[in-house]
Amino acid sequence: MRRAAPLVALALAAAGAVAPAAAATEEVVAALSRNRVALTTTFSGLELFVFGAIKRVAPPVDADFDVIVAVEGPTRPVLVRRKARTLGVWANAQAVTIDEAPSFYAVASTGPLSEILSRTADLRHRIGIDTQVRGVDLDSEGEAREAFHEAVIRLRRRAGLYLEAAGGVEVTEGALFTARFALPANLVEGEYQARVFLLHDGEVADVYVDSIAVSKEGLERWLYSLSREAPLIYGLLSIFVALAAGWAASETFRLLRR
Amino acid sequence: MLIYLPIAEVSVNAFLLLGLGGAVGLLSGLFGVGGGFLMTPLLIFIGIPPAVAVATEANQIVASSLSGALAHWRRRTVDVRMGLVLLSGGLMGTVVGVQLFKQLREMGQVELLVSLCYVVFLGIVGGLMFVESLIAIRRSRRGPPAPRRPKRTWVHALPFRMRFRASNLYISVIPPVLIGFLVGLLAAIMGVGGGFIMVPAMIYLLGMPTSVVVGTSLFQIMFVTGAATLLHATQNYTVDAILALLLLVGGVIGAQFGARLGTRLKAEQLRVLLAGMVLIVCAKLAYDLVATPSELYSLGSAP
Repeated sequence: MRRAAPLVALALAAAGAVAPAAAATEEVVAALSRNRVALTTTFSGLELFVFGAIKRVAPPVDADFDVIVAVEGPTRPVLVRRKARTLGVWANAQAVTIDEAPSFYAVASTGPLSEILSRTADLRHRIGIDTQVRGVDLDSEGEAREAFHEAVIRLRRRAGLYLEAAGGVEVTEGALFTARFALPANLVEGEYQARVFLLHDGEVADVYVDSIAVSKEGLERWLYSLSREAPLIYGLLSIFVALAAGWAASETFRLLRR
Repeated sequence: MLIYLPIAEVSVNAFLLLGLGGAVGLLSGLFGVGGGFLMTPLLIFIGIPPAVAVATEANQIVASSLSGALAHWRRRTVDVRMGLVLLSGGLMGTVVGVQLFKQLREMGQVELLVSLCYVVFLGIVGGLMFVESLIAIRRSRRGPPAPRRPKRTWVHALPFRMRFRASNLYISVIPPVLIGFLVGLLAAIMGVGGGFIMVPAMIYLLGMPTSVVVGTSLFQIMFVTGAATLLHATQNYTVDAILALLLLVGGVIGAQFGARLGTRLKAEQLRVLLAGMVLIVCAKLAYDLVATPSELYSLGSAP
């Protein structure tokens, strides 16, 4: 397997996809604890479990393996603003659009990515957090570009939206593994993707892909879509609710005072 | 209990919001102010996007001003005619304000605008209130002052005069329309009712009798904040109905307790307290504008 690894990688590159090469004697299979997440009014985040196994047709040549599990939220362009002091106050001065940045990205692995994953495999499969954010405005230059790029990662990490857990994947029995992710409460709706990588010597031997549908639901869904699709009705409804509440309060306390 | 706000797109503890609504409601009942100028900065401090805080607070004020205006309506202390004149200016101000808000939001400068407006107005109002109530406390120790008669000012020399029977006035409509315009502008930009500007302006500039001032101001505020809510909802999509509802529930309960509590405390001392609080909020906002922020970058959604 050790010698076959570059061949597998070549086959992968040739196919231009993440589908496992037919010649592989090992396959990774996995399942998610859930494939649907409903963002209701009381949604406060949840734990996502990923569990899987290594399927082997022959006894392993190289029993040593690593697993990386990456969960990625929908990618949207982001506008990054930088403050500068103008006339004594701090105001937004520069703005740069970053074309691609996942709204959520969590990567768990059996060890530090720098040790278990080669740089080329990282770039090809876009596994590490730093490979996720890209496409900075062309007119911004070297250092500034780097700074805006880093700012997205730093801010999203701080918001708990970009997570890295070296050692977050636990292997048992030499073939089974589990990973758990704490999904934060401030998830964006859309199609999330979970990728499970099987690695040998820093190279990707097999990939398993699954998806999770995250959507606003119930009252949440209804209010949000009303506010975008029929803003006039939404606005009138908000005023009506406020008027009704104001009137009810006034009447209630008038009765209580008697 | 965390609750996900659909428009603000953040999760906030529901009890924190109820508590905030209650606390600001208590203060507004205690001091007889709308509370918008305290609530909006507080919402921003707890992490609600400023654009959502402003628009949603306008929505909440619709409710609190209605319940106040109803009480005055029953006591017949609303000058409807004056209210409508103020309102005509107010609606124009709101339209201009929301447009300005929208433009600056696209330029990424709306936080700056909101903060600057707050620092300026809270500074002026807090400072004046502080000085005035200190003078009042000193005066009350010396005995009651001689009652003042309304003076004739430049306001009474302008054209387009109109008779306002409830206020016992015959003045030009230009000053009330201008006052209304300014208040509408502030309602749209700051998410406040604007009573803190309108009440003194009505007393000192227009010479209205104090008995009808508060009721008329509430009457006008209700319509202006209603218009601001509607415009923010259709232009900026920033009114969060769930956030407004939570603040409202806390607010109406707090206001009733505040009103009871207020009758047991001395007015001048209350005013000093309120002024102190206004100045603290103002200082915090000013500090945030001037101090070097720990994070220079911020993320927004790309157009």
